Amino acid sequence: MSDFGRLVRAEWTKFRTVRGWVLGTVAAALVTVLLGLFVASNSISSCSNGTVDIECPALPLGPDGQPVRDKFFFVHRTLAGDGAITVRVTSMQGVITYPPPDHDKIVPGLVEWSKAGVIAKVGTAEGSRYVALMVTAEHGVRMQHDFVHDTAGRPGAVSAGTPRWLRLTRAGDRVTGEESADGAAWTEVGTATLAGPVELGLFVTSPSDLTVNNGAGGGSVQARLATATATFDNVTATGTPPGDDWRRDDVGAELNPDGTLHHPGGVEQAGGVLTVSGNGDIAPLAGESGPGVQLVLIGLVVGLIVVIVVAAVNGSGELRRGLIGVTLLASPRRGRVVAAKAVVLGAVAFVTGTAAAALVIPLAWAVLTDNGFRQPGLPLPTLVRVAVGTGLLVAGTALLALGLGLLLRRGLAAVGLAVAVVVLPYLMAVIGGLPPAAAEWLLRLTPAAAFAIQQVVPEYAHVLAGYTPASGYYPLPAWAGLAVLAGYAALALGLATARLRRSDV
Amino acid sequence: MSRVLYAEWTKLRTEPAALWLVPCFVVVTVLMSLFAVASASCGQGGCGIDPAVLSLAGVQLGQALVVLPAVLTIGGEHSTGLLRTTLTATPRRIVVLAAKAVLTGGLALVAGTAAVLGCVAVGRAVLPGNGIAALSLTDGPMLRATAGSVLYLVLIGLLALGVAAVIRDAAASAGAVLALLYAVPLIAAVINDPELQRTLRRFAPMTAGLAVQATTDLQRQPIGPWAGLAVLAAWSAAALLCGGLAFRLRDP
Repeated sequence: MSDFGRLVRAEWTKFRTVRGWVLGTVAAALVTVLLGLFVASNSISSCSNGTVDIECPALPLGPDGQPVRDKFFFVHRTLAGDGAITVRVTSMQGVITYPPPDHDKIVPGLVEWSKAGVIAKVGTAEGSRYVALMVTAEHGVRMQHDFVHDTAGRPGAVSAGTPRWLRLTRAGDRVTGEESADGAAWTEVGTATLAGPVELGLFVTSPSDLTVNNGAGGGSVQARLATATATFDNVTATGTPPGDDWRRDDVGAELNPDGTLHHPGGVEQAGGVLTVSGNGDIAPLAGESGPGVQLVLIGLVVGLIVVIVVAAVNGSGELRRGLIGVTLLASPRRGRVVAAKAVVLGAVAFVTGTAAAALVIPLAWAVLTDNGFRQPGLPLPTLVRVAVGTGLLVAGTALLALGLGLLLRRGLAAVGLAVAVVVLPYLMAVIGGLPPAAAEWLLRLTPAAAFAIQQVVPEYAHVLAGYTPASGYYPLPAWAGLAVLAGYAALALGLATARLRRSDV
Repeated sequence: MSRVLYAEWTKLRTEPAALWLVPCFVVVTVLMSLFAVASASCGQGGCGIDPAVLSLAGVQLGQALVVLPAVLTIGGEHSTGLLRTTLTATPRRIVVLAAKAVLTGGLALVAGTAAVLGCVAVGRAVLPGNGIAALSLTDGPMLRATAGSVLYLVLIGLLALGVAAVIRDAAASAGAVLALLYAVPLIAAVINDPELQRTLRRFAPMTAGLAVQATTDLQRQPIGPWAGLAVLAAWSAAALLCGGLAFRLRDP
């Protein structure tokens, strides 16, 4: 066995023979799992239709299994093979119900991501695949497909003076979107693939008008119904069966208890001019979309405190009790001793964190599903990613606490400091009622940035939502958050090694 | 008793950790509040911010630094064996614990007053610039929030002292107190059963105690301001009682 291997083995022997450390590690995993289950079993989903409580409806799922919002007014024909649709959009207007400041009027206005344009969609079921080319209120022409893909085209809003021509062409499986200001000179916006028979036509929709308050309480989001109305003319469709009528569908509309449509859209036709209005959105669900990984991993916070205590005392105890003298007699090179300790503690913490996360996420999710939540479970690759990420978070925290313990030589100071820089910033950011801007800075600058491994749903630039830490969105990507934590841990371990080298023990 | 107090004071003021933890506590608390008030902004529709709670947000973080010296007064003596000397000099253990409680409470009172007044000053200086009206100390609710926050820190110190007397190891005691303080509000924040949520917030030491900071929407708080502080006082008393029993019955 190599020298270093022997050192690691010695450290492992020290670790496993201290009953408190082993029990602490087991307790950390246990508390993570049990608190996750407790929280899940006390989260109940309730839905109502009017005043009647009903079982919550299933969320529409997009092509990749992610929850989506798919509600729009659709004027369409069937396209079996190749074909195209061309339209001219000459105006886009809307109304917003009861916006701030006084919330007492219905005012004209458009939400920035309200959409009107042409779409090819596989049937009219919510969540089915689609390719769409549209004008938006404030983001110009966009080509979007399958909810999460968004390509920008010509900027600028549409009006009678500056109309937009839109064309979707399908040849084989390939759908091409082109736009034009005059119907003569066309610019390609993007392409996508869509096979099989599709419904081809016009659509209008508008997401709700949101106010994201950057105030206390983690920031609050208020939503108000907004409706968009667009005027189309020069509508031509090729490839659709001759004599096929334009059919109308309020895709995704819910029914009121009396059987009428809730917030219906509509279309009026006068000669070749179609005026279509709709509300809803065609987009992935974002923002506060129900319980997530953050909820079921909530026990991790307490588990981390336990791990911090074990790791810090592991570092400081040896120095306090003088065992370090023996250790350094056996292996005089300080750096290698610290490295061996780090390897043992890091490995134990990694295994503990990974196992706890891999256990609690599916179990707690099953409990949530039982309680009426309709959020789909994590796909296996995501689950593996989150579990490994959790392991790395726990390992990084343990190494930071170990470094602080060796550096400060006092378990208490190390525990206090490690809790203050890892756990407290996370708590302040997620439940502390801090304004989201402050919360995001905490999650960038402190080792708590590593909690970003809990985010499984990306932030979409083309969907407005309350992207706050409180609803599970982190300012840094997972790898960057882990890198921040790793940097702090490396700093603490480096300083500890330097102090061990310089000073006698 | 005064000699015991004097002895405890000598131990405390010569403890290097206490020397830097106390100023550190004041600075961290005020900085956290500054951070909170500086990043708050209200839309034109208003955002229901309670200026007192926001200004005093630093207390949520700062309390951790009250816990540390408190557990150190017992845990530190245990780990070095100094406690045997202390108990040889003063065999009446309850007197020793009482002296430690008086000192811990007094330290928290002094440092807490400085920190909380700093938070209030920061709030008054920064909040109006962000379009949020700050309250003055002469307003009854603001005075209650300010004085209540200082008392809150004192009670947290005593709670930590009691727990440390039971657990004895300083690091493990700190972990236990911090977990007790922070875990319950975290769990209460994420479950959506409003009944259980309210119950948890009403009985957890941190959420109940911090209710004293509320100046607006009092009826939406899980518990009244003074009643909440009383809940925390009950926790501290229970911890000190258990600590006292353990301290009396066990040999160091």
